[in-house]
Amino acid sequence: MLEVSNLACSRGDHRLFSGLSFTLSPGQIMQVQGANGSGKTSLLRTLCGFLMPDEGDIAWRGENIRSLDEDYCAEMMYLGHLNAIKDELSAVENLRISAGLSGLDLSDREAIAALRRMGLKGKERLPTKVLSQGQRRRVALSRMLVNDAKLWILDEPLAALDVVAVALIQELIAEHLAQQGLVMFTTHQPLEVAGMDICNLTLS
Amino acid sequence: MAINWFKYSAPTTFYGLAGKLIPYFAVSAVVLFVIGLYIGFFVAPTDYKQGEFYRIIFIHVAASILSMFLYLVMAGYAALGLIFNTRLSSMMATAIAPTGALFAVISLWTGALWGKPMWGAWWVWDARLTSELILLFLYLGFIALHASIDDPRRADRASALLAIVGSVNVPIIYFSVKWWNTLHQGSTIKLSGTSMHVAMQQAMFITLLACWLYAIAVVLARVRSIILERERHTTWINELPEVKQ
Amino acid sequence: MKKSSMFDLLVLVVRRDLILAMRRRADVLTTLIFFVMVVSLFPLGVGPEMDMLRKMAPGVLWVAALLSSMLSLVRLFSADYIDGTLEQMMLSPQSLSMLVLGKMVAHWMVSGLPLVLVAPVLGLQFDMAVEALGVLIIGLLLGTPILSMVGAIGAALTLGLRGGGVLLSLLVLPLCIPVLIFGSGAVDAVTTGLAVSPHLSLLGALLVLALAFTPWVTAQALRISME
Repeated sequence: MLEVSNLACSRGDHRLFSGLSFTLSPGQIMQVQGANGSGKTSLLRTLCGFLMPDEGDIAWRGENIRSLDEDYCAEMMYLGHLNAIKDELSAVENLRISAGLSGLDLSDREAIAALRRMGLKGKERLPTKVLSQGQRRRVALSRMLVNDAKLWILDEPLAALDVVAVALIQELIAEHLAQQGLVMFTTHQPLEVAGMDICNLTLS
Repeated sequence: MAINWFKYSAPTTFYGLAGKLIPYFAVSAVVLFVIGLYIGFFVAPTDYKQGEFYRIIFIHVAASILSMFLYLVMAGYAALGLIFNTRLSSMMATAIAPTGALFAVISLWTGALWGKPMWGAWWVWDARLTSELILLFLYLGFIALHASIDDPRRADRASALLAIVGSVNVPIIYFSVKWWNTLHQGSTIKLSGTSMHVAMQQAMFITLLACWLYAIAVVLARVRSIILERERHTTWINELPEVKQ
Repeated sequence: MKKSSMFDLLVLVVRRDLILAMRRRADVLTTLIFFVMVVSLFPLGVGPEMDMLRKMAPGVLWVAALLSSMLSLVRLFSADYIDGTLEQMMLSPQSLSMLVLGKMVAHWMVSGLPLVLVAPVLGLQFDMAVEALGVLIIGLLLGTPILSMVGAIGAALTLGLRGGGVLLSLLVLPLCIPVLIFGSGAVDAVTTGLAVSPHLSLLGALLVLALAFTPWVTAQALRISME
C-alpha cells in the first residue's frame, strides 16, 4: 500500500540517497538501517511529507501523497525524536489534545485507560515536566493506543525506555500489524516483533 | 527562429549566456549615463524656481522608479521559484535585492540632497520619500531573512514568500502613507508646475534607461557568482576555466 | 471516540493555547509590563509638557502596542516547534490554516487584548480626552488582531532562526505601518474634530483582509520553515 519509487533526497548540498524503491504491504514491518547521517530520519520525514524529495514518487493506496495531502495524514501516524508533549500539561491533557488534533474526541476515561496500559498509573494528572525522560516517552508513545492510523512511522521509538516498556511497545506493534497495519521504523536498539519477519532497508 | 527559452533556465547554460551579455549592458549603461548626465547637467536650462539644484532629480527619479520596478521583478522571480521550484529564478531574486536596495538608498540620499536647498532640511516627510524608506526596509528584510537561513532551499522559499507578501502590501502601504501625508499637511517635493523642458525630459529618460541597463549588468554579474557558489559541488562548475587552476 | 468539526478544532486549539498561557503567566505579564514601560519612557525623553504629550499620545501608544506585539510574537510558534508539537499539528488531517487561525486568536487574547484594556489608563497619563480614549480603544481592538495575524507570518518565516525577535520585527514592522497610520490617525481625527469613520473603516477592511489571507499564508510559511 505504500509504494516508493526512485526516491532521491538531499540535505543542503549533500545528496543523501537516490534511486530508492520499495513497497510496504498491510501487515508488514520495515526497519530502516544505516550509519549516522545516512539519511534515515530524512527518509522518514520525506515519507511524512515534511521534506520534498529531489526525485521520485511516494504513493499511498496508489495515489501520490502530495495529492492526497490530508487524507494521507489521516491514515498515518508519525512519532519522531521529539516527544510532542507540552511540559505544562498533564499526560491526560496532552493525550486528549493530540487525539483532538487528529480529529478524534477522546474522553477522560479512554485517555486514562490508555496511559495505564503504558504503565503510567498514578501519574496521569501530573504536569509532564515532573516525569522522567522514560515516562515522557511513554506518554508520547501512548498515542499508538488511541489513534486509528494504518501507517506508523516511528523514529527510534525505544529511546529512553526500560526493558518492560520495550516489551510493551513490541507487543503494541505486533497488535497493529495483526490488524493489517504497516510500520516503518528506525532504531539503535534491537526491536523484535513476535512471529514477524522484519524487512530491512539499508541506506548507504 | 524560435529561441528555446527553457534552455537558459538551467544555471549551467545561463551562466555562459550571462557572461556573454554583461559587457554589452555595462558599456551601453556607461555610454547612456554620460549622455544623460551631460544633457541633464549642461544642456537642460535652469529651472526658474529651483535654480541649479534641481538637476539632481535626474538621478533621483531614475533611482526611485528603478527601486520600485526592481522590487516587483524580484518578487516575480521569487514567485516563479516558489511555484515552479526552479533554482535559477530564486537565484535571480537574490541577485536583484542588493541592487534594488542600492537604488532605494540613492533615491533617499538624492532626495535629501534636493531637499536641503529646497526646504532647508536634510529630510522631509514627503509621501514618496517615506514610501521609499519603507521600500528600503522591505528590501533589507528580504536580504536579512535570506542571510539568516543556512539551508539554501529554505532561504530561497522563505524570502520568496516574504517578497510576495511585501509586494502585495506595497500598494496598501503607499496608500496609507499618502493618506497620512495629506492629513498632516506634509510637504510635497514637486518640480516647477507645468510641463518640463524637452531637454529635461530627454535627460530623465536617458538616465532612467542607463540605470536600468546598469542594473541588468550588475544583476547578471551577481547571479553568476551566486551560481558559482551554489553549484560548487557539481562537475560542470569544476570544468570551467576560471575554476580550474 | 468520534470525529470533530472545524469549529471544534478551532476551539480546541484556542483553549489549549490559553491553558498553556495561564500556566506560564510570566510570559504574558512581561509583554504588558514592557508596554507600560515603553509608554512611560516617552515623557521622560521629551519632557512633561502636557500640550506636547497630549498631541503625541496616540502615536506613542500605538507604537508601543506595535513593539509589544512584536516581542510577544516570537513565542507564537517557537515553543511548539521546540518540543515537536508543531510538526504534529502539521501532520494533522485537519486544515492547517484553521489550526493557525486558532493560535492567532489565542495569541491576540493573551497579548493584544490586555494592551487594549490597559491603553486607556495610560492615555489618561497623557491627558487624553474621553472621546479620544474611546476611539483609541476601538482602533486597538481592530488593529491588534491585525498585528497578531500579520506578525504570525513573520513568526512562521523566522522559526528557529538565531536572529529571532529582532529579525521578526524587521520583517513585520513595515507591513504594520498602515495599521499604525490609520489607528493613530483616527484618534487625531477625533481630537481635531474631523471624521473618524474613514480611518476606522479602513482598519476594519484591513482586519477582514488579514482574516481572509493570513492563516493560509502563515500555513505555507510554516511548511517552508519545517522542511
